[in-house]
Parts: sequence; structure tokens; C-alpha cells
Amino acid sequence: MDVLERIKQQVESNPVVIYMKGTPQLPQCGFSSRAAQALQACEQEFAYVNVLADPEIFENLPRYADWPTFPQIYINGELIGGCDITLELFQQGELKKMVTEAMENAKAT
Amino acid sequence: MSERIDMIRKKLTEAFSPEQLDIIDESHLHAGHPGARSGGGHFVATIVSTAFAGKNMLVRHRMVYDALGDAMNTDIHALSIKALTPDELNN
Repeated sequence: MDVLERIKQQVESNPVVIYMKGTPQLPQCGFSSRAAQALQACEQEFAYVNVLADPEIFENLPRYADWPTFPQIYINGELIGGCDITLELFQQGELKKMVTEAMENAKAT
Repeated sequence: MSERIDMIRKKLTEAFSPEQLDIIDESHLHAGHPGARSGGGHFVATIVSTAFAGKNMLVRHRMVYDALGDAMNTDIHALSIKALTPDELNN
């Protein structure tokens, strides 16, 4: 499968997904670590893709959403941003709402 | 080190004519971590410009990435962005 098609499938089949360096348990970058922690604090399940373990995605994700850096967080198939935006949304209480809503919608369908 | 900051400052100034622009090089904080091997720096940029008015955060960050262009792939490994309008700064 084409890598862009693969990314599309990942972000569309998971209500919440983070593309990060490392894993939530063993993050390999401070920015990925902080973004994953914010998602964990939302107390909902989320999917993750370790871009360091998937060179093809590492190379191509930036052009998928025209976003040059990692981590990237997608909710309902749409990029919401990287670490800065995710943390800002979390501090505003918005992230938890968005994540919870996405998970509930996914369960309902 | 400061050459990179000058380059970032020049690109952002040209793109946004900012009322305020602060760029901090935090590369030393990240030396040696796995992601830093490529040699790109870690920077924090605070940009205050009317160019961001009416635009959401995602769009603002994209504007900044676009303004920096290829430097995002070469000199900059990570960039933390605070993009505000003058009104937001004062409130």
C-alpha cells in the first residue's frame, strides 16, 4: 500500500492518534513525551505510531499534512497540531473535550 | 550559533513584520538526545504580529513553518512557536 494511503487509513480508523518519536512509555524526544503525556491525562485510549520505527512514515508524514515536525496529533482524521498546540489545548481544557467526544462518537457508530 | 538565530529572525521579520520577535536557542538543553543527532537546533520563537489576526493556531503555525521553508529541514530540528496578535499579548 502507498504510504500516504497507509497514513490516511491510520488517522481515519483511529479517533485519536499521535505520531511520535518513541512510544508513550518510552518517548525519545521531549516534545513527543509532553504531547503523549497530555493525551494520557485525558484518560481516554489513543493510538500511537512510533515514527522512529517506521522510516517510511517518518519520511512522508510531513508532506501528508504539510506539517514539518513531530509529534503530530490527529483527532477524527484531522491534524490538530504538534506539541505546542496540543499542550495549549490541554491547558485550556479543550483537548480532553475533543478526545472524549471523538472516542464517544467512535463507540456510537 | 547566533548565525542560525539571525537567519530565523530575518525570515520571520520578512514574513510577518512582527511588533515583537524573540528567538531563544535551546539547543544546549537537548544535546545528545537521540533526535538531536542530525545537528539541527532547538529554538523557541515568540512572534507578535497582526498577520495572525483571525487565524487559528494550526494556521498560524503553518504560516511560521512556511516562512522558514527549507530551514525547517536543515538548521532547525525543533521549533516551539508562540504566535500571537498584539491584542492577545495585551490581554
